[in-house]
Amino acid sequence: MQSIIQCRNLCKDYAGKVALNNVNLEIFSGRIVGLLGPNGSGKTTLIKLANGLLTPTSGEILVDGKRPGVETKSVVSYLPDKEYLNSWMKVGDLVNFFAEFYADFSSQRALEMLGHLNISTNEKLKNLSKGNKEKVQLILVMSRRAKVYLLDEPIGGVDPAARDYILNTIIGNYDQNAAIVISTHLIADVEPILDDIIFINGGNIALTASVDYIREKNGKSVDALFREVFRC
Amino acid sequence: MSWTFTNDRAIYLQLMEYIERDIVSGTMAPGARMPSVRELASIAGISPNTVQRAMYEMERTGLLLSRGTEGKYITDDRARIDTMRQDLARQKVADFYQDMQHLGFTLDEVETLLAELAAGKNRE
Repeated sequence: MQSIIQCRNLCKDYAGKVALNNVNLEIFSGRIVGLLGPNGSGKTTLIKLANGLLTPTSGEILVDGKRPGVETKSVVSYLPDKEYLNSWMKVGDLVNFFAEFYADFSSQRALEMLGHLNISTNEKLKNLSKGNKEKVQLILVMSRRAKVYLLDEPIGGVDPAARDYILNTIIGNYDQNAAIVISTHLIADVEPILDDIIFINGGNIALTASVDYIREKNGKSVDALFREVFRC
Repeated sequence: MSWTFTNDRAIYLQLMEYIERDIVSGTMAPGARMPSVRELASIAGISPNTVQRAMYEMERTGLLLSRGTEGKYITDDRARIDTMRQDLARQKVADFYQDMQHLGFTLDEVETLLAELAAGKNRE
């Protein structure tokens, strides 16, 4: 397996407050990885560091062998944890915008998926329901042929049907040479599609393992183990 | 195909059991082409890597055959499928008999209950 993200002694402080504390880990191509931890544990910080939106306080993070920057942005497809697209834009304009911006974006794939959902390209983003807004954002992100997908809370706040749709979109568009990192605290919902998990707590990596290993060794689900490790 | 997965065991093992059951019951015919990894992953709502692992294990035991780029096929060796059918049945019966022993039933009593069931007496 080829390692696509490496963290070495990675630390991040916000004005003296530790967000990530000496993180060492590797993420491999071809795996769907759950970045799991309670609120405020450092999930979003780690994803933003991988995406180059933040810079490390010390240590380093490498994506495809390079420090995050212009070059790595072309291989990383990122779904932020909040709405980030201009809500006055029409869905069709967003598709064109992505097509212009990213060489690896497939308009055809995006339009196909939007068609299945009966979302009109003439609709403005702000007029869509919350669930449909999230679906549109995910469709755009998954229509790229990236090496790494960083999905920050892709299923936060959507109903179970929308959640199933989103998980299926992730599986259906997944290229087996790419790595997908899904951050969430809704573990039971994403568990079936995960290959590996990273437990993060208070800026520290508490555990990294494959889901098969956890089930075989502990005879329990990742969700159950998580509740044990992070019992309040 | 209705597949639900429990939390206590690896999903690839559970997927293998579902597929074996479907082959034994004829829902998936001998010699038929298997759906692709991606299709199965989508149907089951699980990681493609998990599907691949299950397929690999079943290929290793000869239940599935790989034909290069054409994909994977279910074995058309009916004797083999029948052996698997017998093995699965024996396992089910062993589990059932063990449960009955825990309830304090003797083999004779179990046989009586089974005979009653077959005669439709306890269908009310």
